[in-house]
Amino acid sequence: MSDTLLEIDNLSVDYETERGDLKALRDISFDVKKGEIVGIVGESGCGKSTLISSILRLTAPNTRFRQGEVRFNGDDILAMTERQMRDLRGSDISIVFQDPMQTHNPVLTIGRQLLDIQHRSKATTAQKLETAAKMLAAVGIPDPQARLKQYPHEFSGGMRQRIAIAMALMSEPDLLIADEPTTALDATLEVQIIERLKELQSEMNCAILFISHHLGVIAELCDRVVVMYAGAVVESGDVREIFHDPKHPYTRRLIECDPGHIKTRARILPTIPGEVPDLVNLPDGCIFRDRCEQAFDKCQQVPALDKLKEGHFAACWLNHPEETTA
Amino acid sequence: MFIYTVKRFALAGLILIVAVTAMFLMIRAVPGDPVSIMLGPRATPELKASLIEQMALDQPIWKQLLIYYGGLLRGDLGIDVFSGRSVVDIVFQQLPYTLEMIALSVVWSAALGIALGAYAAAHPNTIIDRVAAAVSVSFVAAPAFVVALLALLIFAVQLQWFPAIGVGEGFWGRLNHLVLPSFAIGLSWVGYIARLVRASMLEVLGEGHIRTARAFGISERRIIMSYALRIAILPVVTVIGVGMGFLLSSAVFTEIVFARPGIGKLVIDSITTRNYPVVMGTVLVSTGLFVLSTAIADLLNALLDPRARSTK
Ligand SMILES: Nc1ncnc2c1ncn2[C@@H]1O[C@H](COP(=O)(O)OP(=O)(O)O)[C@@H](O)[C@H]1O
Ligand code: SF4
Ligand SMILES: [Mg+2]
Repeated sequence: MSDTLLEIDNLSVDYETERGDLKALRDISFDVKKGEIVGIVGESGCGKSTLISSILRLTAPNTRFRQGEVRFNGDDILAMTERQMRDLRGSDISIVFQDPMQTHNPVLTIGRQLLDIQHRSKATTAQKLETAAKMLAAVGIPDPQARLKQYPHEFSGGMRQRIAIAMALMSEPDLLIADEPTTALDATLEVQIIERLKELQSEMNCAILFISHHLGVIAELCDRVVVMYAGAVVESGDVREIFHDPKHPYTRRLIECDPGHIKTRARILPTIPGEVPDLVNLPDGCIFRDRCEQAFDKCQQVPALDKLKEGHFAACWLNHPEETTA
Repeated sequence: MFIYTVKRFALAGLILIVAVTAMFLMIRAVPGDPVSIMLGPRATPELKASLIEQMALDQPIWKQLLIYYGGLLRGDLGIDVFSGRSVVDIVFQQLPYTLEMIALSVVWSAALGIALGAYAAAHPNTIIDRVAAAVSVSFVAAPAFVVALLALLIFAVQLQWFPAIGVGEGFWGRLNHLVLPSFAIGLSWVGYIARLVRASMLEVLGEGHIRTARAFGISERRIIMSYALRIAILPVVTVIGVGMGFLLSSAVFTEIVFARPGIGKLVIDSITTRNYPVVMGTVLVSTGLFVLSTAIADLLNALLDPRARSTK
């Protein structure tokens, strides 16, 4: 049996818009192994949310899958029936969405919602509520029995995100996807939630695909990192490799712009000058060229995502010394 | 929530007072001597004198208004000029006929409209959605009195499926007589509510929490029925509450077409005979109904929406 859980192969996804096709994902490939924590970083608008909603096929109606495969335990998710897809969602693969304020149904109690997501379980309602209360306690919500009777608006953003994590872990999934689960929260809460997530992960041994635009969090939590820029993977590898020896100018800029340790995170992050290119009319050559201080002639051609050493890939001509000197 | 309820009813009472005063002054502003208008040119002086006495017409207008309010507080809306019966008795004798007709109209049209709208939103841009849209728009455009006349001609006169006039006896008899009038009143509401529910449902279905429900593999059916619909019908409650005024005016035409007793018929009859105390009483009760139904709609909205409930 292979130890690869999720394989994404040459995935390209467009959004149909009035201006033409917006190429949100281009030729994305990476793997997640069983029990591994993989981080995805990139500025906002780089296609991180598109990528993870593609994995669960919960994309907007104007989404078009152009090419590639997403395999989970070897089966192509993009070829599954809606029925098979539903069996996967919330059981083998769970997700925590980006905005905790939008995650829960505003007119149903938290208890009701935690009950409903256990629809596959044969347990009695009382047992399910017991499980729900236990999960809430596990993510650090005090007095869970009473809180089950409350509505989402009676919880703070941090509490709601904890509830979302509790919901996602309830079925002990093989893969937990978390889309910027701490971006909406303040730094102390962020630390607490990350710590809790780490503990729960080691108990349950699930793989995590963790999205963030905050490198400090990724460094703290992840085994491996995938750096995305404008819908493409520009670098990927071991956390230590990426942080100590980044091989793509974009990754280097991200690290320079990050305040470093997550506890000292500033509210306003220094940003990389320039903007993500228009994904409807993509520029020629290297996608990062407009903003790259090291760009040279060769960069008018698209660099491939090359394997630099075992487990470290980057897409930049600078890694080809024969080209730089030519 | 308790304070909100009290406040909401206080507001309703205030609106009612303003409405009653305006109506009272408007009727008194009709040119001419109210006594001769009511009793006609051939009334005897004794008759005139007793009416003036009865309605306190010799008093200044502010005093008349106070007298009217005084009666109102005691549940007395005056005396029918012709029969001498109490206006309250007359109005409340007719009211049930109108209420049962409106209630049935609202129930069937809301049920069908919500079902159609929810179905259309769950299957957007399918053939059924488009047919529902076309039908809804034509329903909305159809005024109740036209539908009433057509329904009468087709289903009562031609096909003879349902009785044409009157209210019938016993539960089934009354229900049978209600079918065509409620059909006429409710039809345009079906289209209206269907459009409303479709739009609000589509909006709700695009919200984040619906995506969460889907991400946990909850069935689409359950998502529509218990996750989305509860939010999507909130505007319907308000619309029906505010639409009470509209329903009452449809009732006027419908009661005339189907020769049904009811407050619509009563107000027309009393206007043609210039029976002012009855006109006043009927309008007052209808206004009360309208104000009450908007207040109930607001409270119901707050009850159905926990977010509103806790802030109110
Ligand atoms: N439904 C949609 N239709 C058109 N464009 C979209 C849609 N959703 C996202 N986009 C665009 O796709 C790009 C990637 O968005 P997203 O995946 O949300 O990025 P991220 O999560 O990294 O911030 C952005 O340019 C965004 O504006
Ligand atoms: S390929 Fe050229 S433009 Fe692109 S990142 Fe490398 S140096 Fe910069
Ligand atoms: Mg995002």
